[in-house]
Amino acid sequence: MSSSTSEIPVPSGTLAAVNPAADAERKGLTKKEIAADHPTWCPGCGDFSVLALYFKLIEKRKLWHEKITTIAGIGCSSRFPYFVQAHGAHYIHGRALSFASGVSLSRPDLHLFVFGGDGDAFSIGGNHFSHTARKNIKMTYVVMDNWVYGLTKKQTSPTSPLGFKSKTDQWGAVDYPINPMKQAIAAGASFVARTTHTNPNHVLQMMEAAMDHDGFGFIECLSECVEFYEGAFDASNPRKGGSFKEVPKDHDVTDELAAYKLAGEEFPGYFGVFYKNIKPTKNAKEAGIVKNLQEKYKGLQDWQILQKTFDRMK
Amino acid sequence: MSDTTTAASIPEEAPKISNISEAIIRIAGNSQDGIQAIGGFLARLAGRSEQEVMTFMTIPSTISGGPSIFQVRIGSGEVLSAGDEADVLLAFYQHSYEGHINSLKKGGIVLFDADHIEPNPEWQSQYHHVAIPISSLTIEAIGGTAKDKGKNIFSLGLIARMFDLNIPKLEKLIHERFGGKDESIEKNALLAFHAGYGFSVGNLIETFRFKDSSKKDGHQVVMNGNEALALGLIAAGVRFGAGYPITPWSDIMEALRRELPKYGGSFIQCEDEIASVSMAIGAGYAGRVAVTGSSGPGIALKTEAIGWAGMAEVPLVVVNIQRGGPSTGMPTNIEQSDLNISCYGGHGDSPRVVIAPSNVEDCFYSAIEAVNVARKYNTPVFILSDQAIATRIEAFTEPNLEKVCQDISPDLSTVADHKPYDLSTPDGTVKRVVPGTRILSGKYPIATGLEHDELGHPTGSPKLHMQMTAKRRKKFQSLAATLPTPKIHGPAEGDVLLVGWGSTEGPICEAVDRARAAGQSVSSINIRHISPLPPGLEDIFSRFRHVFVVEINDEGIYGIGGQLATLLRSRFCNPAIRGINKTDGLTWKVKEILTRVNERLAESDLKSAALA
Repeated sequence: MSSSTSEIPVPSGTLAAVNPAADAERKGLTKKEIAADHPTWCPGCGDFSVLALYFKLIEKRKLWHEKITTIAGIGCSSRFPYFVQAHGAHYIHGRALSFASGVSLSRPDLHLFVFGGDGDAFSIGGNHFSHTARKNIKMTYVVMDNWVYGLTKKQTSPTSPLGFKSKTDQWGAVDYPINPMKQAIAAGASFVARTTHTNPNHVLQMMEAAMDHDGFGFIECLSECVEFYEGAFDASNPRKGGSFKEVPKDHDVTDELAAYKLAGEEFPGYFGVFYKNIKPTKNAKEAGIVKNLQEKYKGLQDWQILQKTFDRMK
Repeated sequence: MSDTTTAASIPEEAPKISNISEAIIRIAGNSQDGIQAIGGFLARLAGRSEQEVMTFMTIPSTISGGPSIFQVRIGSGEVLSAGDEADVLLAFYQHSYEGHINSLKKGGIVLFDADHIEPNPEWQSQYHHVAIPISSLTIEAIGGTAKDKGKNIFSLGLIARMFDLNIPKLEKLIHERFGGKDESIEKNALLAFHAGYGFSVGNLIETFRFKDSSKKDGHQVVMNGNEALALGLIAAGVRFGAGYPITPWSDIMEALRRELPKYGGSFIQCEDEIASVSMAIGAGYAGRVAVTGSSGPGIALKTEAIGWAGMAEVPLVVVNIQRGGPSTGMPTNIEQSDLNISCYGGHGDSPRVVIAPSNVEDCFYSAIEAVNVARKYNTPVFILSDQAIATRIEAFTEPNLEKVCQDISPDLSTVADHKPYDLSTPDGTVKRVVPGTRILSGKYPIATGLEHDELGHPTGSPKLHMQMTAKRRKKFQSLAATLPTPKIHGPAEGDVLLVGWGSTEGPICEAVDRARAAGQSVSSINIRHISPLPPGLEDIFSRFRHVFVVEINDEGIYGIGGQLATLLRSRFCNPAIRGINKTDGLTWKVKEILTRVNERLAESDLKSAALA
């Protein structure tokens, strides 16, 4: 990720080095080496293109298997880790961000990617979305938003538009949908971008920018569910007669209010980086606390530091 | 106060001096009076004097204020519980006086603040009353701005004189506590202390002197159970944790938040219980065995995630400081009603390890054991403590830290191949390979909650589900085989075996000692390993006519007994196993246990007589 990561000390003890000299001789991974299980998604699912672009990102940026960790919660898109030949975890519904936070804060040496759907991010995991964003914990989070619960076969999702007919809203959805971009900006996410699976180059561009961002990088990626919400995003796809509008060139990405305004645009809205703000990450802040305190105990072994505490308890 | 003959009449001259081997002092006031501080001083002093000590306190669950007590039992010999009846009651208010006179033994001494308390003439004939205008004397000593502050230290002076305590050591403790930037604080504390000490000189009817301690095995440290647990986790090498505030778990997270950065680690306060357990599991997955914790309601929230750690075989330490339940229950009281949720909470067949420390020292070592079991068996391990141990102060022999401290940093050396869920290992355990490790075969593992194959990829195969379920179970069976059989307190056979777990060990052992002294055939064991159970219990149980499981929880719908009793019944199918239970939110008194045992025996004798 960005250079500042390397300044964050790895927690105490040594991480045995992985023979760094050998890394320079290693060839970049091929798609074949990165791909694991064949995806279980329905033919035509938007998630295929997100996966393909994740592979492309790994290839392009010469990331190693062991340095990537792919994490997901529960949902169609959350099957992601199984399809990637790298360390990964398929966690419980809605809590992938909290799990990933534990990885991020204890292992700053890893590239952390979290993939999930709209239910995971904004319904069951809504609380964690807000708090991971506000704490600015370093990771890249891609939400494949399809506006429907697909794995459980067509129930209303928190992003389903009003009137959407699902098995739990036979007469059309009555609850006002969440606007993921507004949610992210309001929560304090330091990188907020929007893309769609039908524009591969743009997806890759956003993934790279999010990965390079030192902080919590959030991408909403529209990803069509051809089975339960066909055509949901046609208005954003020029090949289906829609329009793909990029964020205006003169948009100031550090202007929170302007970003919020862009997010309020009616569908299909804008695509690109809405908001970006460089602020210290939780990782860096915790490392700062460690550095300050360790300064006082320089040269002491762990047991000697503990001994000092025990000496005060006599 | 054992070994003492209390004077029947008030002597006119110098106070009588009695040699004693132990004393129980109860201090009753309001929570803002700093009575915990007096108790803390006394406990610490006892620790430095190589005496045994145990404290007991109640605190109101209100935000500020409310009646509160602190009881200290100091002994030159073994101290197993905080004591049933006090020898001395120090009362600050009318409500403290009236509410706690019953906890004083007949003929005991009540020191009361004459500025606030009107003594009851009827009680004056049963207890020695010593009227001391504590509030006004404190103000006199340190000035009018003192108000209620300082009377705790004044009272410490009173007690110091009464028990002939070591003054230089107490002054040193006062200095350690109050010494700092503002010199006047320490100065005022010392003024109050000496005023109390000086007042005692001419006014006490009797003073006491502790016999030399029988304990001479090196330095002691003094702390409460939550402190011992937090420090044990640090010694074990834990460098990451996450939690959410809840009483009585919060002090552990506060301590870890403060301490871990010194060791290069951190403790994260999360938005909720689910996030905190998830963060800890994430860190454990990433190679740093982590801790989360909570009390009853919070543990309930964490259970789905703990099930994931069981399925994905990721190490995790969960601290559960039990309090009165269910629901919000009695947040500042003790109850042992979270055994079930710790052993079984969660869906699916997902066994977990549960270790219940039985005293403050044990909290320290249980933490280390929990971490090592979690690492070896890649599983969630519960440390099942409770409000009583969490808050009680004890002195124990200082651990050899150089020896016990361990480094458990992850090893990221390249491996040729790795199967995280290898079915071929004999005991089901696998050394985990964590992110950052290069695997030369190019096949990388996935940690997952879905049923999976040996690499962690999902499977719907009935055969694999059976094999994996058995593998996960096997780990607990192989762990069980390594556990020590509990030691029997008392003879290995007899009429009655008392079985306890957790903080009740002390009062149970004391009950056994008293019953045996009275000629009864009673022994006891304490079960530290609740899940899996250690070997050898069946044999122990078979050698007693009655096996009474003494717990602070309900007897259950079927009246068999509490949560451990039910577990033991289902495990051993032994009808001699029955429960002795209570749900008053307080620790067992020795007398209560004995009364209940004798009631049980009388019932059983009646039944046998009827049958005959």
